[in-house]
Amino acid sequence: MTAISPPDTRATSVAPSSVPRRRIRADLRSERRAGWAMVAPAVLLLAAFLIVPVILGFVLSFTNARLVSPEPISFTGLDNFVRAFTADPTFVRSLLNTFCFAAVVVPAQAGFGLLLALLVNQKIRGAVAFRVIFFIPVVTSIVVVSILWKFMYQPDGLINSFINSITFGAWQGTAWLNNPSTALAAIIVLSIWQAVGFHMLIWLSGLQTIPEELYEAARIDGAGAWRQFRDVTWPCLRSTRVFVLITITIAALGLFVQIDVMTQGGPVDATSTLVYHAVRMGYHQQQIGYGSALSLVFFVLVLIVALVQRFLTRDKD
Amino acid sequence: MAVRDPGERLLRRRRRVWSYLVLVGLAVFFLFPLVFMFVSSLKPDGQILSDLGGWRAFLPLGDISLRNYAGVFDRVPVGRFLLNSVIVTVAIVGAGLVVNSMAGFAISRLRWTGRGVVLSVVIATLIVPFETIAVPMVYWVSQLPTLVLQHGQIEYDFGWLDSYQVQIVPFIANGFSVFLFSQYFSTIPTAIDEAARIDGAGWFTIYRRIVVPLSGPAFATVAILTFLPAWNQYLWPSMVVQDESLRPVMVGMQYFFQDNTAWGEVMAYTSMITLPVLVVFLGCQRAFVSSVAASGVKG
Repeated sequence: MTAISPPDTRATSVAPSSVPRRRIRADLRSERRAGWAMVAPAVLLLAAFLIVPVILGFVLSFTNARLVSPEPISFTGLDNFVRAFTADPTFVRSLLNTFCFAAVVVPAQAGFGLLLALLVNQKIRGAVAFRVIFFIPVVTSIVVVSILWKFMYQPDGLINSFINSITFGAWQGTAWLNNPSTALAAIIVLSIWQAVGFHMLIWLSGLQTIPEELYEAARIDGAGAWRQFRDVTWPCLRSTRVFVLITITIAALGLFVQIDVMTQGGPVDATSTLVYHAVRMGYHQQQIGYGSALSLVFFVLVLIVALVQRFLTRDKD
Repeated sequence: MAVRDPGERLLRRRRRVWSYLVLVGLAVFFLFPLVFMFVSSLKPDGQILSDLGGWRAFLPLGDISLRNYAGVFDRVPVGRFLLNSVIVTVAIVGAGLVVNSMAGFAISRLRWTGRGVVLSVVIATLIVPFETIAVPMVYWVSQLPTLVLQHGQIEYDFGWLDSYQVQIVPFIANGFSVFLFSQYFSTIPTAIDEAARIDGAGWFTIYRRIVVPLSGPAFATVAILTFLPAWNQYLWPSMVVQDESLRPVMVGMQYFFQDNTAWGEVMAYTSMITLPVLVVFLGCQRAFVSSVAASGVKG
C-alpha cells in the first residue's frame, strides 16, 4: 500500500495578523479537540472490532483456547500450526482446494469481466441495459445464488435436463455436486456467474478513463482492433488490472458461503476450503485456538498475495 | 465524420450484428437462473420437475399460484426474519453514515495531532478480510460486557451472543467509508469553513450545516456500498445468533433449506428476499453503477 498523507487543504490559510495570538492558539486548541472528538467513534469501533480481533486472533493461534471450557487457556507454542500441516489431512486438502479454486477463478473471472466491459463499452444502442443485466447477479445474495444453483445441479435438475435435451439423450450428465471430480468445478462456474459483473464495472471505469485521442492516433497509424487493444487499452489499464486481480484473488481465497450452503466441504473433502475448515474447527468444534491459527494462515496468504501482486505490477510498462 | 466507403460500412454493420448476438447470448446466460427461480416459485413441485426438460421451465404456464409463498409463511416466521434484517441493515447503514462521515470530516478538514497515524491505520484496515477475524471475534464478543434489564433493575452481564448489537455494532465503522468521505470532503473549498468560523460557528455545526448538505453523492455511494453486505450478512450471524427470533433472512433461509426438499417453497423464499433488492437496484441502477465504479479507486 502506498503511503497516503492527509490532504492538508487548509495549509495555506493564514490567520490575519490583526487577530490576537491568544485567540489563534485557543482556536487551534478547539480545532484539535473537535478533530479528536469527531474521529473518536470510528477509531474506537475499528479498534474494538477490527484491531483487537486481529491481535486476539494472532495470540489465540498459539494457545489451546476453546469457546466454552472449564480449563484455563494455556500457551502451546507452534502446536496448532504443526498439527495443521502434519496431522490434519483435511486442512492440507482444503489449502489445495483453495489454491485450485483461485488458480481458475482469478484469470477466468478477470478475463471474462474484461470481455464484458469491452462489449458494453461499445457505442451501440442498449449497452446500458446489457450492463445492468450482467450486474444483476452481483446484487443477488450469494446464499440465494448457492441454493438456486444447487437446485439446478441436482441429478434430475435443470442443467442435466438441458444437457440431455441438446445431446438428444446421448449424454446424461452427472450428479455434479456429489461427484468429487466435478464438485469444485461446479462451484467455480456459479462463483464466476455471480461475481463477474462487479469486475466488469471496475474494468469499465478503467476503460472510460482512456482518452479517445489515443485510439484516434492509433487508427491513423493503421492499427486494427487487436493492435489498438494491445498497444492502447492494455497498457492504460495497468492500475485497474492490479485492483481487479487483488480483489478477485482475496475473494477467491476466502471462499466460504458457497461451500457452507451447497456441499459442507464434501464429497470426501473435495470442496473443503481454508476458511470453511477454519470455521468448522474454530466454531462448530469450538476449538477457537486452532481455528484462529487456520485463519492466520489465510491472513498471511492474503498479505503475501497483495505484496506479490504489488511487486509484479510495479512500474513495468 | 468522413464519408465511408460502402465496404467499410458493411463491415461495421456485420460487426455490430455479431456484437448483439454475443450480448444477447450473455444476457441469457446471466438471466436464465433467476427467471427459472421466479417462475418455479409459482409452480407446484410436481410441475417444476416435469417442466425441466423444455422451455416451459422458464415460462409461468400451467398451475400458477402463490401457494408456495403462503407455505413459507406457514412454516417459518419469515416476516420476523425480514424485520430482523431490516433492523440490522438500517442500523448499520444509518449509524455508519454518521460515524464514518464525522471521521472523514475530521481527517480531511481539521488539523490535529495524530491525524496522519489515524489515516494510515484506517487505510491499513482495508487489507483485513472479515473471514480472518471471524473466529477470534466470536470469542471476543462472547466476553464483552452488556447491560440487561432484570427484575426492573439494570445489571451487568457478559456475552453479546444472541442479540441485535452483535449483528450491528462491529460493522458500523468502516475504513473504506471513512476514506471515501474524506476524499469527497477534501474537494469542498475550505474557505467556507473559515467564513463560518469567523461567524462563530463551531466545528460540529460546520460539519452538519455546511459539509453534510453539500455531500449528497458521497452519502449515496457509502449507503449503497454498505447496504448490500449488511443485507447479505451470512457467516457472522450464522455463528453468533442461535435464537430464531433474532435470525436474519439469509441464515433463516439456510435453515429452511436444510430441512426442506419442497423446491417450490425454497424458490419462493429465495425469490421473496431477492425481489426487494432487485427492485431497489433497477430503480437506482445509475447510482449503484457509479458507487461500484467509485470503489475501484481503492488500492
